[in-house]
Amino acid sequence: MKFVETIETVSGKEYIMIIYGTALLAACHLLGIIIGDLLGRALGMTTNVGGVGIAMLLLIIARIYLNKSGHLCATSESGVNYWGAIYIPVVVAMAMQQNVVAALKGGPMALIAAVGTVIVCGLFVSFINRLEPETKAREDAK
Amino acid sequence: MMWEILDKTAKENGLVTAFAVVGSVMLVSGVISRKLTFGRVQGSAIAILIGLALAYIGGKMSGGTKGLADLALFSGVGLMGGNMLRDFAIVATAFEVHAEEAKKAGWIGAIALLLGTVLPFIVGVAVAWAFGYRDAVSVTTIGAGAITYIVGPVTGGAIGASSDVMALSIATGVIKAILVMVSTPMAAKFLRLKTPRSAMVFGGLAGTVSGVSAGLAATDRKLVPYGALVATFHTGLGCLMGPSVLFFIVRALA
Repeated sequence: MKFVETIETVSGKEYIMIIYGTALLAACHLLGIIIGDLLGRALGMTTNVGGVGIAMLLLIIARIYLNKSGHLCATSESGVNYWGAIYIPVVVAMAMQQNVVAALKGGPMALIAAVGTVIVCGLFVSFINRLEPETKAREDAK
Repeated sequence: MMWEILDKTAKENGLVTAFAVVGSVMLVSGVISRKLTFGRVQGSAIAILIGLALAYIGGKMSGGTKGLADLALFSGVGLMGGNMLRDFAIVATAFEVHAEEAKKAGWIGAIALLLGTVLPFIVGVAVAWAFGYRDAVSVTTIGAGAITYIVGPVTGGAIGASSDVMALSIATGVIKAILVMVSTPMAAKFLRLKTPRSAMVFGGLAGTVSGVSAGLAATDRKLVPYGALVATFHTGLGCLMGPSVLFFIVRALA
């Protein structure tokens, strides 16, 4: 009887822990958006400046800090990891709601401008990445 | 009667329906990837292509602007793939970032970001000029659309562009995003997309969060957070520079 109780409390606690991870993620997300909005206002715009990027940085910092102090358990982490894992399906859902009809209707000018942009940027990406020291690339590939 | 019940259930449980629909699409894509391409084309790349095809069909059927999400039956796709959940999932991927890698490549990411704003703008402006646009407002708006499909209308709105120029500008940005989604996995070798640093360079130069996030997802899921980290600043930087510095330069030259 006591054994059962212990398992229940332990597993009950573990179930609760998972929301800590998701809540941490949500807190970083919201804080990042708020800072991005404030940054936009400070620069005299109504748009958000890098809110999501700031939120990512906050989460990276939070993770390093919580890891060091030992406050992050595996269950809490899975509350974040789930959303990272659901990322690709979310992107597929995003693809499903692109305005493809308008894109195809945009005519030759929009098409040429877009293709030209992608080619020019692709060349630059390729060029800059070829400058990366090969040894480092090999290390990362492992 | 059965159809009625199915229809009602799907409509009242939009997000849940979306999970089931997207899951099925990914399942089919996985099978296609293994059986038809023998794993050479990633399942997620095929899923994104199917998604775009469904978006076309949805857009044609509804006449709306949000692809499949405009059909009431699939309205949940709009929530699942909307900005809120997309950004939430992108932020979550930051959990996998090696802070040291990101820090080391931070400066080159910033350079790529600046190039990724200026280069598309120049290309867009040049094409607009070649097609006979001469007034600074229209040329700037179309150039801004080549940065991202959000920068285009924001810039156009700020400097007072006409609605047909705005539509062209948005179309340019949307085509660019779709091109990046589709061509990234194919060009991954040429682009040398292997390391966190290379993904950050790509994220800065390719711009458009949707293009970068889908393109990298279809190439190598591990690289997603690095590319997204940089790309998420792209729209902000574009909206900052479009109606100000870039517009002033064009106006001075035109």
